[in-house]
Amino acid sequence: MSDELVAEEFAAAPPPTGPPEPQQRFPFRFGGLSGAAGPIITTAFAFLMGGVAVAVIGKNPIKVYRAIFDGTGLNWFFHFGSNSIHVPFTSNHVWFWWNTSSIAASNLQQTLLITTPIICSALALAFAFRCGLFNIGGQGQYLVGSYFAVWIGTSFVHLDPILHIVFCLVAGSLAGAVFAGIAGILKATVGAHEVITTIMLNWIAVWVGEWLFGQQGPLQNSTQPSIPVSNDIADGAKLPVFWGPPLLQGLSIGIFIALAALIVYWIVINRTTLGFEVRSVGFNPEAARYGGVSVARSYFLAMAISGMFGGLGGALDITGWEYRLGQLDIPANQIGFIGLAAALLGRNTAIGVGAASLLFGALLNGTSGRQLDPSIFRPDLAGNLTTIIQGLVILFVGLNLTTIVAGVRRRRRA
Amino acid sequence: MTAMAARLTRVEWQSPKTVGIVGVFLGALAFWLALPPLASRTVLLPILIGLLAIAAGIWAASRGVTRLGWGAVAAGLLGIVFGVLATRSSTANLDTVVVWSALGAATLRYATPLIYAAIGGLYCERSGVVNVALEGMLLTGAFFGIWTIIWAHSWAGGFAWVVALVGAALAGMVLAAIHAVWSISLKVDQIISGTALNFLALGITGYIFIDKYGDSGTPGNITDYGIPDIHINFLQNWYFIGPILGQLNLMIWLSFVLLIGTYVFVFRTPYGLRLRSVGEHPRAADTVGISVYKVRYIAVIASGGIAALGGAYLSIGFVHSFNENMTQGTGFIGLAALVFGKWRPFPTWGATLLFGFSSALADRLPQAYGNQWGTLFQALPYVLTIIAVAGVIGRSIGPAASGRPYEKQ
Repeated sequence: MSDELVAEEFAAAPPPTGPPEPQQRFPFRFGGLSGAAGPIITTAFAFLMGGVAVAVIGKNPIKVYRAIFDGTGLNWFFHFGSNSIHVPFTSNHVWFWWNTSSIAASNLQQTLLITTPIICSALALAFAFRCGLFNIGGQGQYLVGSYFAVWIGTSFVHLDPILHIVFCLVAGSLAGAVFAGIAGILKATVGAHEVITTIMLNWIAVWVGEWLFGQQGPLQNSTQPSIPVSNDIADGAKLPVFWGPPLLQGLSIGIFIALAALIVYWIVINRTTLGFEVRSVGFNPEAARYGGVSVARSYFLAMAISGMFGGLGGALDITGWEYRLGQLDIPANQIGFIGLAAALLGRNTAIGVGAASLLFGALLNGTSGRQLDPSIFRPDLAGNLTTIIQGLVILFVGLNLTTIVAGVRRRRRA
Repeated sequence: MTAMAARLTRVEWQSPKTVGIVGVFLGALAFWLALPPLASRTVLLPILIGLLAIAAGIWAASRGVTRLGWGAVAAGLLGIVFGVLATRSSTANLDTVVVWSALGAATLRYATPLIYAAIGGLYCERSGVVNVALEGMLLTGAFFGIWTIIWAHSWAGGFAWVVALVGAALAGMVLAAIHAVWSISLKVDQIISGTALNFLALGITGYIFIDKYGDSGTPGNITDYGIPDIHINFLQNWYFIGPILGQLNLMIWLSFVLLIGTYVFVFRTPYGLRLRSVGEHPRAADTVGISVYKVRYIAVIASGGIAALGGAYLSIGFVHSFNENMTQGTGFIGLAALVFGKWRPFPTWGATLLFGFSSALADRLPQAYGNQWGTLFQALPYVLTIIAVAGVIGRSIGPAASGRPYEKQ
């Protein structure tokens, strides 16, 4: 390389300050493998390593995984027979392939209840990803959404039920949007790195929540001053349960709202101008700028819409089955981070996110103390096993196998 | 030192900058006068001094020193608000909360894990590799520190803590080595790799902890053979300093050594220059013959070891037990301190002291004012860091090549 060329390259080096650097962050074609092959291999590998961890402490991995699988309720799909199903909102029964009131069915309801907020949290990540932003703040946005849902749900008790539910969900979503919008606006105006700001916002959300729901906090319950839990939300603010007993955590219609969010995500990303702009900024901000796209506006909108999905997840969790929020639940909650894993595993596509969320929802439910038999495997061990699998999935899903193989080949040739 | 003295003699007392600094101090003074031991009870004093601070701030701001000027105005306003609040509060309550020596000692105790995390992060990020896995590294250090100390106690006796520190550092380095391979050689997004490691650390430490000590927790007698405190007898009776520095844990003293050593290494040696050049412009460094990969590998792995020492202090020097996810965001506060301190050792240290002080205050406030008021203080480090990256008090900008894998040509 001649001296002029070197000098030229240095002149073109990135300036130390100023607006964010153009960079393509994410290998959208994971592993260079087509379709779902990459994520499936990743998942299989993560479960294999998890099995090793189980075997190390002297338990039988196959037995443990079998018990976890049975707890997820996914086995419900394999039990066929001649059953009847109650047609919603009528008194009719019709013939149905599956038994809708078995234990497996009730397990499946739990899995789907947990899957609901995971889908939303994953979308919170996926949407920003498409704009080249790493929204690690899904957890904070989820929490803020749930705070607002509790607040609206416990006040306005005499509101019309449908109005009340809509109010809860809208307030939760908007709160998430505003919260993530802080990171978006900082990125758009001064180029503050969204990873730093969203990590900080996560912890601000946690501590504000501890204050809100702690003893003498503004949202603590009005009857038992020693217990740091909120009031229950009004009956009118609870989402209708359509499958299973309403009093024992049956499945609410929240899952359909989450599925609708998946469809909205697909439409916005693939079929609207906004989605096109967001994707173009994600691929190459510099080229997008030359093409007339306002990069700053895309950054802000992408974060705000991401936050909206995240906040919706929190609101659905409150109105769908939790109905209240306790101080101790706040730091223990990991839904937003599980959404992160689901979005990465689902490669930010609508179908992928849905499938990966179901996988993680099932894993969370199957390893919970409620579902797992302690004589087979301790639920608190299984909870950590879930975290390990989650970490392995995130670790390996980012690997681009083709680059690695090419690198090895190059080294061999050299 | 000589540079500092030279700087002092060069101060122009009427320059807007000096006036701005004086304004900031006046703002702090307005609050301090209302606190014990002076505990002025009149409302006028904080208001008057606060107004002086604001006036100084406006004067400085109108002469071009905007950041410092507005900082002085903010300090004056806060000084008035908190000063008036303090004069309205009962003296008994103030005396319970504001015990300067206890607050000082607690500040150092809370700041120490943050210093280790932040200094670890400093090496990593100065070499151009973003490290959001500091939390996981702290947690790893905390767990493997306590695990090795229990194991080593049977054969190393009173020196088990030395073995434990080595064990903790090694565990942190293994975790960091994964980060290094992933982000340097495999060129995976560094945030993804760091996030994954946080989960792996959380899961693995929790998993082994439940399996080994799940039923009864870690043994209670670790207090007897944990990292020792250093008792300095002649200091004990000194006013104010004695209670703070008289019996600090060894790891706190080591953190000062680490801090100064880091400053000298990074900013005063050729190796430090190499480290920084790799983080700012790897291609230029490569052109002059520095191995970018080698420097980054060493920096990332060292960062894991240093951060893990902070975790070990937490578990076997401070609380003498371990619990699942016991760090609870300490690593992220360390990261925040690094960003707040603009990736420089001494400002970062100042940030860890500030954040440690807010934790110490959050601990003591409930004793007089109820449970609620401490909680919000815990969010302070994060709020301040957002303000810092937003550029209100001097933009915080990281190493230029941070986060980008280097492709050798």
